[in-house]
Parts: sequence; structure tokens; C-alpha cells
Amino acid sequence: MSSSITPVSGMNARGSWFTRISVPVLGLCWLAVTTLPFIFVLMTSLKTQMETFSSSVWALPEKLNFVNYIAVLQGGFWVYLRNSVFVLVLSIVLILIISSMAAYAFARLRFRLNKPIFALIVAGMIVPIHITLIPIYLLTRNIGLYDTPFALIGPYVATALPVSIFILTEFMRQIPKELEEAAKLDGCRTFGVFWKVFLPLSGPGLSTVAIYNGIGLWNEFIFAYVLTSSSANRTLPLAVWDFQGQYAADIPAILTVVTLTSLPLIVAYAFGQERIVKGMMAGALKG
Amino acid sequence: MSCLLETPDKPVAIPDGNPQEELTPLHHNTHVIAVPGYDRFKSLKATIPIVVFLLPAVLFLVVFLLYPLLSSFQLSLLDWNGLGSGERFVGLANWLRLAQDQLFWKSLGNNLLLAFFSVLIQMPIALILAVVLDQASKSSRVLKILYFLPLLMSSVALGVLFKNVYDPNFGPINGFLSAIHLDGWTRDWLGDPRLALGSVIAVVCWQNIPFYMILFLAGLASFPKELSEAARLDGASDSTIFWQIKLRHLQGTIRTAIMLAVIGSLRYFDLIFIMTDGGPEGASELMATYMFRTVFSSFQLGYGSTIASAMFMIVTLVAAATMWLTRRYETEVK
Repeated sequence: MSSSITPVSGMNARGSWFTRISVPVLGLCWLAVTTLPFIFVLMTSLKTQMETFSSSVWALPEKLNFVNYIAVLQGGFWVYLRNSVFVLVLSIVLILIISSMAAYAFARLRFRLNKPIFALIVAGMIVPIHITLIPIYLLTRNIGLYDTPFALIGPYVATALPVSIFILTEFMRQIPKELEEAAKLDGCRTFGVFWKVFLPLSGPGLSTVAIYNGIGLWNEFIFAYVLTSSSANRTLPLAVWDFQGQYAADIPAILTVVTLTSLPLIVAYAFGQERIVKGMMAGALKG
Repeated sequence: MSCLLETPDKPVAIPDGNPQEELTPLHHNTHVIAVPGYDRFKSLKATIPIVVFLLPAVLFLVVFLLYPLLSSFQLSLLDWNGLGSGERFVGLANWLRLAQDQLFWKSLGNNLLLAFFSVLIQMPIALILAVVLDQASKSSRVLKILYFLPLLMSSVALGVLFKNVYDPNFGPINGFLSAIHLDGWTRDWLGDPRLALGSVIAVVCWQNIPFYMILFLAGLASFPKELSEAARLDGASDSTIFWQIKLRHLQGTIRTAIMLAVIGSLRYFDLIFIMTDGGPEGASELMATYMFRTVFSSFQLGYGSTIASAMFMIVTLVAAATMWLTRRYETEVK
């Protein structure tokens, strides 16, 4: 990086032979630790059940064998996927609208309870979601949403709001006041300023919120497990759970489900790698 | 002055400064009397957008976060299976039971072990990897993509994956040990009460290290390059620069990371539930898994709520203590 600018800097300074060797070695070690489990899953999913019993775990599959994939894709996988997409899209849209509105109020509107309410909402980040599980389960049953994809929307939006409001409020505070005043001179009222100035300028903040929460919600397990019961209404993480019960000892089939359920995010990641890493970085720092 | 003239019967003993003091409230008064209606109207008009903008967020948070929180404490006073209307108010009986419940204290101990090892294992490895990625220039893009993968997986997928990895008969770990003739080292990783918790903690670390690595990377990215250049010109070695300057720069980030790891460990649930469900014989039980089984397997909704409420109090207490100990971390992250 900097070594191209100044010859003195970079890793060619003295005392760096250790760095020069240890850095790649450590990097490769962790690479093995990270990727070996994935290689194991992918390899096993391409084997037949007989092969897993007869040959060694680390033996390559005899031939590329897509029987498991075909079986899983014909066995209700798409229903889980559809539910996941539906729940995710609806939740993220609601999160973006609601949190940007609240963030605008905290960043720009003056009222006496601004700071206390904001602090209270931010404190909501440390609430362990499992404590809300029992009352939400009862509530969902009472209002008749139990075992529908809609049951997940409320808890998903609510648990995502504190972090999202926090990120967006920080973001909107940095939007210059002059733009707001210019819009007001043009005759915009509070809502107009929000809609025409703040929302369009908050693009990067909104995408951070969408990515950070999107990954978490796509993989969410416990609420989905408790609030839905039939496979027609369950999301993708539960596909693994349900198939595990269904296939019992068929290891290649189970690992095929693992591969297939992880695939959508990995594909999305391959396309939007830069964005996602940035979103996670920002989200991690704030969260 | 005019005030004094109009009220001649006032005591003469008033000190010099008084007329002014008397003037100010009067002045203030007239101002208030002249505008209250307008002021109220104006403030009402200003309140409407505030309410409109905050209402949806407040509504969701009250219904799905605040109400459940309070309701949990209320439910903890009941004896109820959660199904019929057979609930019975038992006062603090559940809380007394909790205080004597060996399994609860054991699970709290496991939570603390998880917190301790999470910090001890994850922080150094994540920090080292962040430094590696920060230094490696071109190859880091590919590495970053691959390192990142565990974060994209759902806990269920990971749990099922590692259950197979740990499988005593068909798993790759025992397979590998046999292949290099270390058959004596093969174990029933999740089935042995002495090993179960450790085996799962290893996976928890594997899953979370990329997250903290990203956190530290973001911290390192904000490190001003000029600082290390200047230090190098002054004759500082790479290791000095790292230990003396960069690590100090990362202090705030490290505090944040420790705080997140501790809180995350105290409320941990997913991988334990999926891989061991607290077993064998409660060896890997956590507060959250114990709560879950109490409610959804033993149908003791009241007692389960007691565990949940206790968990909330413990997490809040520890969070506050950690926050207090590490002072205000937020300002330093930026």
C-alpha cells in the first residue's frame, strides 16, 4: 500500500522478517480453519449415503452426484424460501420507514423529551430478545397470528429498531442544516423536509441498516421456531431444522439442505461484497 | 424606578439592588400574560410532527419490547402451564425456587465460562487476523471474502454442520485423528459431559471471530497513517509501533468488543440449543436454553418467565457494570 509511495515504509523496514513470515502463515492457518468445514459440507452433499458409510470422510465423492439436491429441491424447499423472502422484504421496508422517521425526529426536531426517549430506545439494544419470547408467544396466539409469516414481523421490526434508529440518527445529524433551511424557504413543511431532503440524502445510512438487519433477520431462528409450526409457514433457517428431523441419519441429504439454505446469502454476498462488508462494519461499530 | 413610585408604602429598608429584582419578574410576567394562548397553539402545532414521526417506532417498541419485558416479570409470579385458564398466583414462590435451583446456578456458571473464554479466545485471534488483513495488501480481498463466510450462515445451518463435524463415527475430526493413527484421541465430542461445553464454545468462537475481526479492521482503518510513518522515521520498529501506538489507538474498539462479547455470551442460545440442547446431563446448559426447555418442554410458563426475568436483570447488571468499568466507550470508538 504505502510502500509504493515511500521506499522506507511498508514491510521492508528492519525487524520485519518475522512479520513477513508470520503474517501469511497466520492468514493461511485461519483460512484453513474457516474453509475446511465448508469444504466438508460441499463434498459430503455430493456423496451418496452409502459412500459416507463405506469410505473415509475426506475422500472425494466418486462422482458428482446431484441426487440429494434434486430430492431437497423437490421437497418443499421453495416454500421456505418464499416465506423467508416475504418476511425479510416486509420487515426491512417497515424497519427503514419507521426508523428513518424516528431518526429524523431525534436528529432535527426540538422537544423536551428528545434526549431521554432516544437514550431509552438505544438502551433497548441490550435487552436479551429471549426474555420477550414467552409474552410474544402468548400475544401472537391471542391475536390469532400464530403459525403465519405475519407473526414474525412485529418482533423482527421491534428488535431491529434500536440499532437502526441509532445508526440513522447519527447519520442524519451530519446532514448540513443549510439544506434543510433551503427546503423550508421553498415552502417545505416538516414532512416535506424529511421526504425531499433527509430521506434521499440518507441513502448510505439506509443501506447500512438494511444490510446489517437483513443478514440477522434472514438467519433468525428462535422466533421463527416458536411462532410458527407448520412447514408451509416457516422460514429458511427452519428448513434445516425440519429436514434434519425428516432425514434423520441421511447425512448427505442434511448437508445438502445446509448448503442450499446458505446459498442465497452467499450469492448475494458475491455480488455486493464491498457494500455488505461496509454495512457490517458500520453496523458492528454502532451495535 | 417607576415601580417604587407607585408603591410608596413599601418598606424603606429595601437594599439598593431590589428595584431591579422587582422589575424583572414584572417584566417577565407581562410577557407571559401576553402570549400564552398563542404559545400553546404554536407548541401544539409543533408537537404534531413529533408525535407523527415517533409514533410508529414507539408503538412497535412498546408492544414487542417493553410490554413483553414487563409482562415477563408479571408472569414470573404465576404457576401456569400456558395453555388453559388454570393460572394460579403464587407470589414469589418461583423466585424462591430459582434461588435454590442448582441447574439455574450451573447454567449461569456456564454462561460466565462462555463469556470468559469468548473474550480470551476471540479477542486475540480477531485482533491478530485484523492486523494480518490490514497489512496484507492485494491478497486481502480474497481472504476477507472467505474469512467472512461464517457470518453469513444461520446458526441452525452451522449447528447442524458442526454436529456432523463432531460426529463420533462419521465426523471428519475423529476421521482425521484415526487417519494419523491417533485413535486414542478420538472422542464423543458432544456426548461427553466433560467435553460438550468446550466443543460448543469452540464453534461459537469460530462463528464470532470474523465479526470482531471486522470491528477491529474498522478501528485500524481509522488509524492515521502519518502517525506510524512519523514513528518509523523516529526509529521505531514494527512491533513497537503495533504495541505502543496502534493498540492504544484500538483501546476503545477493544472495550466495545469485550462488552459485546460478554453481553452476547450471557444471553447466548442458538448453537447450544441446536447442538446439545444443554446436555448431556445439563453439562452445557445456559440460562436461555434452560428457560426455553422449562417453558416449551415442561410447560412451566411461570417458572420459565422467572428464569427469563432473572436473565434480564443479570444481563442489565453486567452491562451496566462493564459500561461503568470501561467508562464511556462510545466516544472513543469514533
